[in-house]
Order: sequence, then C-alpha cells, then structure tokens
Amino acid sequence: MTETVNAVAFVALAVAALGGSLAMLASRNVVHAAYWLLEVSVAAAGLYWLLDAEYVALMQLLVYAGAVAILLIFTIMITLRRREDATRPADFSAGALVLAALFFGVIALAVQAFEAPAVQMPESVPDLAAFGAVMFSVDGWALPFEIASLVLTVALVGAVWWSKEGDD
Amino acid sequence: MQIGLEAFLLLAAALFSSGLYGAVSKRGAVQVLMSLELMAIAVNLNLLAFNRFVTPAEMTGWFFTVFAMVVSAAEIGLGLALILAIYRRSRTSEVTGMSELKG
Repeated sequence: MTETVNAVAFVALAVAALGGSLAMLASRNVVHAAYWLLEVSVAAAGLYWLLDAEYVALMQLLVYAGAVAILLIFTIMITLRRREDATRPADFSAGALVLAALFFGVIALAVQAFEAPAVQMPESVPDLAAFGAVMFSVDGWALPFEIASLVLTVALVGAVWWSKEGDD
Repeated sequence: MQIGLEAFLLLAAALFSSGLYGAVSKRGAVQVLMSLELMAIAVNLNLLAFNRFVTPAEMTGWFFTVFAMVVSAAEIGLGLALILAIYRRSRTSEVTGMSELKG
C-alpha cells in the first residue's frame, strides 16, 4: 500500500460526487434530483474503491445505487398525483446556506490543524477473507453483526406496519 | 499533487455541508431524505479515508462503514414508510404541511 492515491482518479471522482450533489440540490424536478443522487452514489462507490475498500464499494452499489434509489423513485411516484407536481419551486434559504458554509469552514479549519499520525503502511491491502474472519469471530464483531440484523428486521417490520392501509 | 487523508476529509466535509444545506432548506420530505443520504455518504467516506490512511491493517473503518450502512438503510426505509403514511393521512409530502402537532 502506498501513502497516497491516484490524483487523476481522485479529482475525476471528487468532481463527479460534488457536482452531482450540487446538481441534486439545484434541480427543481424531484425525479431528476433522485437520479442525481444515484450518480453521487456511484461516484462515492468509486471513491471507496480508490480507498482500497472494494467490498464496501460493492455494498454501496447494491444498497444505495440499487435499493435506496429504487425506493426513492417509487415513493416519488406514489406521492405525486400529476406529472406537474414533480416540478417544485426552488427552495432557496440564505440561513441554511450560511449554516452549511459555517459548518464547512469549521471542519476545514479542523482538518488544517489535524496532523495524521505517521503510520507504517502494510505490504498489501487486507483481503476479504481477513475481513470476514474478524467480522464473524466472537472477539471481533459477531455481536454487533447480530444486533445489526435485528435492527434491520425491526425496521423492515416497522416500515410495513406504518405504510400498510390503516383503519383510521 | 499528493492526494492523502486531507483531500478526502475536505471532500467529505463539502459533501456533508451540501447535504446539510439540503436537509435544512428543502420543503419536500423526499428531498430532505435524499439530503440525509448525501450526509451518510460523506460520513462513510470519512470513515474509509481514516481507515485507509491511519489504520490500514486493522480494517476498523470497514466495519464501522458496514454498520453505518445498515443503520442508514433502516433509516431510509422507515423514513419513506413514514412519508407514505403521512401522505395517506394528509395528502401532502411537504414538510411545511406536517404541522398538525404544532402548538
């Protein structure tokens, strides 16, 4: 593993991610905004890949670019009665802009002041087998894994419960 | 040009800020949820960047990212179900329309 990553790939993916997020915020059509979020998800998966996390990049593609994008588009389809409803007024808020700019400024200052500890880079990236071995060992992450599956089950049952036709 | 930890942290901060702007300023509930997803992506990018440049051998950031993804998947599923339930009741998916509990 090297101390740095490929600059060309980073700049291309960063422009894709940041430009997509700004286009998502600027687009007045909700459906277009959902497609821009899909583009940002794919660019983020590329960035994860650049960070040598191939497994997480694939999970990102499956979960965000696959499932979440489809859920979002279905919800938009259900909650819009007419085609014209997709176009919304541009919600501009100066207060929110100031808040976001302040937040970015504070984080940028913190990043400037931060000094990363010197790390001895290992010979190669840990592979998926090593990841799985730690994930499913009792000393590792087996208990959080089980709790996470419980959280997902409860969330799914709750989502079905909420969205079913109520008798109220 | 050297691309190290700092560049990734700044990119994640910019993504998070744009998500924050959207979550605060947008009036459509679906758009607010999409902005929250943007923030989740930025957080995951931060975790993976720290993992890559600070603890490359321990893989701690990978585990954190996987669990953060589980939580944000549950969040988006519940959020969209909630939007559908509110829509069925009040025929609106605008945040400004959800003011029944307002004092």
